[in-house]
Amino acid sequence: MSRAAPASYDQLVFEVSSPGRVGYSLPECDVPEADPQTLLPARYLRSVAPALPEVSEFDVVRHYSRLSRLNYGLDTHFYPLGSCTMKYNPRLNEDMARLPGFARLHPLTPEGAAQGALALMHALAAALAEIAGMDAVSLQPAAGAQGELAGILMIRAYHRSRGERRTKVLVPNSAHGTNPASTAIAGYEVVEVKSTGTGEVDVDDLARHLGPDVAAFMITVPNTLGMFEPRVTEITEMCHASGVQVYMDGANLNAILGITRPGDLGFDVCHFNLHKTFTTPHGGGGPGAGPVGVKAHLEPFLPLPVVAKRGAHYTLDWRRPMSIGKLQAFWGNFGMMVRAYTYIRTMGADGLRLVSDNAVLNANYIMKRLESHYDPAAPGPCMHECVLSARRQKRQGVSAMDVGKRLLDLGFYAPSTYFPLIVDEALMIEPTETESKQTLDAFCDAMIQIAREAGETPGVIQEAPLTTPVRRLDQTRAAREPVLRWSP
Amino acid sequence: MRYIANTRDEQRAMLDVIGAHSIEDLLMGIPAKARLGQPLPLAPALAETDLVRHLRDLAAHNADADAYTCFLGGGSYDHYVPSPISHLISRGEFFTAYTPYQPEASQGTLRTIFEYQTMIAELSGMDVANASIYDGASSLAEAALMAHAVTSRSEIVLASGVHPLARRVVATYCAGPGLRLRDAAAPEGTMDLGGARALVGPKTAALVIQSPNFYGCLEDVAAAAEIAHGAGTLLVVAADPVNLGVLEAPGRLGADIYVGEGQGLGVPMSFGGPNLGVFAAKGELVRRMPGRLVGATVDVDGRRGFVLTLQTREQHIRRAKATSNICTNVALCALMATIYLALLGKQGLAKVGELSTAKAHYAAERLTDIPGVALRFPAPFFKEFVLTLPKSPARVVRRLAKDRILAGVPLGSFEKRLRDSLLVAVTEKRTREEIDRFATALAKAVGS
Amino acid sequence: MANVPSDLKYTKEHEWAQIEGDRARVGITAYAQEQLGDVVFVELPTVGATVTQHRGFGVVESVKAVSDLFAPLSGKVVEINGELVNAPELVNQDPYGRGWMMVIALANAAEVAELLSPERYEALVAQAGH
Repeated sequence: MSRAAPASYDQLVFEVSSPGRVGYSLPECDVPEADPQTLLPARYLRSVAPALPEVSEFDVVRHYSRLSRLNYGLDTHFYPLGSCTMKYNPRLNEDMARLPGFARLHPLTPEGAAQGALALMHALAAALAEIAGMDAVSLQPAAGAQGELAGILMIRAYHRSRGERRTKVLVPNSAHGTNPASTAIAGYEVVEVKSTGTGEVDVDDLARHLGPDVAAFMITVPNTLGMFEPRVTEITEMCHASGVQVYMDGANLNAILGITRPGDLGFDVCHFNLHKTFTTPHGGGGPGAGPVGVKAHLEPFLPLPVVAKRGAHYTLDWRRPMSIGKLQAFWGNFGMMVRAYTYIRTMGADGLRLVSDNAVLNANYIMKRLESHYDPAAPGPCMHECVLSARRQKRQGVSAMDVGKRLLDLGFYAPSTYFPLIVDEALMIEPTETESKQTLDAFCDAMIQIAREAGETPGVIQEAPLTTPVRRLDQTRAAREPVLRWSP
Repeated sequence: MRYIANTRDEQRAMLDVIGAHSIEDLLMGIPAKARLGQPLPLAPALAETDLVRHLRDLAAHNADADAYTCFLGGGSYDHYVPSPISHLISRGEFFTAYTPYQPEASQGTLRTIFEYQTMIAELSGMDVANASIYDGASSLAEAALMAHAVTSRSEIVLASGVHPLARRVVATYCAGPGLRLRDAAAPEGTMDLGGARALVGPKTAALVIQSPNFYGCLEDVAAAAEIAHGAGTLLVVAADPVNLGVLEAPGRLGADIYVGEGQGLGVPMSFGGPNLGVFAAKGELVRRMPGRLVGATVDVDGRRGFVLTLQTREQHIRRAKATSNICTNVALCALMATIYLALLGKQGLAKVGELSTAKAHYAAERLTDIPGVALRFPAPFFKEFVLTLPKSPARVVRRLAKDRILAGVPLGSFEKRLRDSLLVAVTEKRTREEIDRFATALAKAVGS
Repeated sequence: MANVPSDLKYTKEHEWAQIEGDRARVGITAYAQEQLGDVVFVELPTVGATVTQHRGFGVVESVKAVSDLFAPLSGKVVEINGELVNAPELVNQDPYGRGWMMVIALANAAEVAELLSPERYEALVAQAGH
């Protein structure tokens, strides 16, 4: 089946380059000695000029504008990606992050001259602590995975401070990949705990694993099937009885804002994904921000420096002898903190509650409309996301991946596929609260159409996508003969 | 609430389809004793106009580089940011897109990352660059872990001139695997080669050197390469990519892994984040590299296309045995750098470096003319240098702030022996007039 | 019908071993390569390296997964298949022939008795496939 769309823009910037073109404007040198060959010994100087492009400013603007149109962005397409919380990125956040007083502020500005920035950080940390029921928050981790690493390192430091050497961390087999990866970097052995048929933690299996050699249990609440762990307080109590710390992966926080809090459920530490729950943009893959919240007993171990308030003055507190150290050179992704703070002040407590109420409502609506066409992974109601299985469609020759590709033709981004690992042909759908009923209905109509096509004309799904700028790509070739840079 | 579409009627209609009375019914899975009894005690929501006023007020309490003349460096720099960058990255197709896991719908992002990888490889003289790590410091930490995995050795020797805050990040990452960090001293501002040679041996996974280093001094990277390779150790070179239009590429000096802080490539300083962790390596190490990689391939019609590749090493597949735990990169900052390098190009980046070093040398001359003010280290420098002052650097900095000058970074909190010293950075944006004004103000402040 | 040659021995990690006197040639089974998908890279030990029964000796990488390779027997690596560097797809195309991975000089011939017979391996694969 040949493609239905006309050829799209296919140039790289090196291919529109022409020697001698310039796209910049720099002044002439206004100091006497301008030649680096006079100022510096020759052995430090570049021997061969880098082959960077030579393009005019307009070339650049047109080129990247045309490239942008090859993307499906959230602004233009519904993104039902489970566990990613693809919600609207408010433009006010962008304006505020660009205020010169924030964007043009150097990190090593003397504290007394950065009081506005420090005040914002302090207020954001306090708000996040309140939202999660934690006693203290560090804003330093640059992403969720760094937040997890910070959390696990703090737990490690805590056990050591009590003279205990525990060597294992428990993780459910439904966990996101960063959980075991972060744990391994922290030097722990990762042990998987089974899930039940409906994706909940198998509490008996957990009980078998708990012991004096276990440092922590890391879980996501709601879990990766979009369900609230019904026995969560029992789980945290069991862990504490064995001296095990409990970590909550905050990726799914969008489901429980103003409803319940990790701290109240017994968690010792949790992280936040500002690029999920708190609307900072995904940017095509980052930057994000992954602050981490802790109960008081873990506070001494927070990454340093900590933003502290002394009277009316804000300061960076470096006197933290038990800190796990640093994860970033400076203080964290301040630009994302401005955005998240702006969002939280926009919403207030009532607004955040509305977020979770509508996130849960929207996900359940989709689940109800689709449950007779795709097998739900667990009986409902779900929370902010639902997991369906395309196993019925697989028997007709259409996989979850194929369903995702067909959705691209129908004007939607695909849901998450093949995660969690414990559901076969998994389709994980998280609409978020910022989508309207019209959009949800259009998406459900498309999914139902695909289910029908799977029975009647599976070819059109197996060949999808047909209308995107490129069609299915040869991943094997990309991995066997890696071409990772352009060459003339 | 303007970000939420559902009206009461629409909510009602959806609940009817679901077969629930109210949204509360959908929350019944949450144990009652875990439910919050009242709304979160947060500050009340602000309407847009009030919120803008509040944030502008916070912003006004910061001495930013538009209102003040900035001579601060130490890993973040006030470099020229060409105007098209913020317009292009604000296109919704770029900044609201997700990680390019569905390549057919993400060719824009994938192509810009491929361009970025190419440009960084060119600049650094390395074979392959990844799609970015969080910042220069975590990039360096990942390099240390990678060297350990490749060599199976457990010591990392770092030159003292490596940025002290980056060294702290390396220490945090190396704690889990239990790697031992050792310090190669720099008594005269650059790594003492004899001392380094004594430290690097069969247990050393990597020798790490930064050039220009934290003091602004240029290091002998080729000599470091010889020391490292002689012991079967990997050489990790940390270098600011903005300088590489003028300074020699680390790949040509023997680097096995190159890392850097790319903030100067068009990324706002933004009080220290987000930044841009640059990471590149020799070709034979590609499968051990952390982070995302974009590769070229073809689609079923034979059209050129780009995909994330070698993903099986990453956390979402390999899990506990992944090369790293990294999930996001800093795609939007890498895009800023790509557009920056496209606009500056072959000629422009060299010009940025030439102007920076010319002005830095002029500034050093003017400032050291002041009695009592001297260059702390004899080694050649590029765009930063350390001055000893006859008065407390912190007091001098406060005094010059009154003249709206951000004079430099006092180094006492980093190293005791430098408590009389100030780190001064000069980029292409500093005019002769600004530098002269700085010199006049400094002369007054140190009492001449 | 599973492709399980009758003249080989097997492990439950889906490696095969062909005993050649005091040496053994090692690779992965047809079932394994099918599960992995297109093989893109094989990481093998160097000649002279020691391998231990049931412990990892290398890695096989496909587009969708990376799997550890476990040594069926202990010994010293005397040969590795250099063809796999440029043609990893041989593992998919001919897993028992040109897709061989290494030859080891056996350290302990008694270990051979612990390996699975073709019948037992075939039963294992039949159970695994659903």
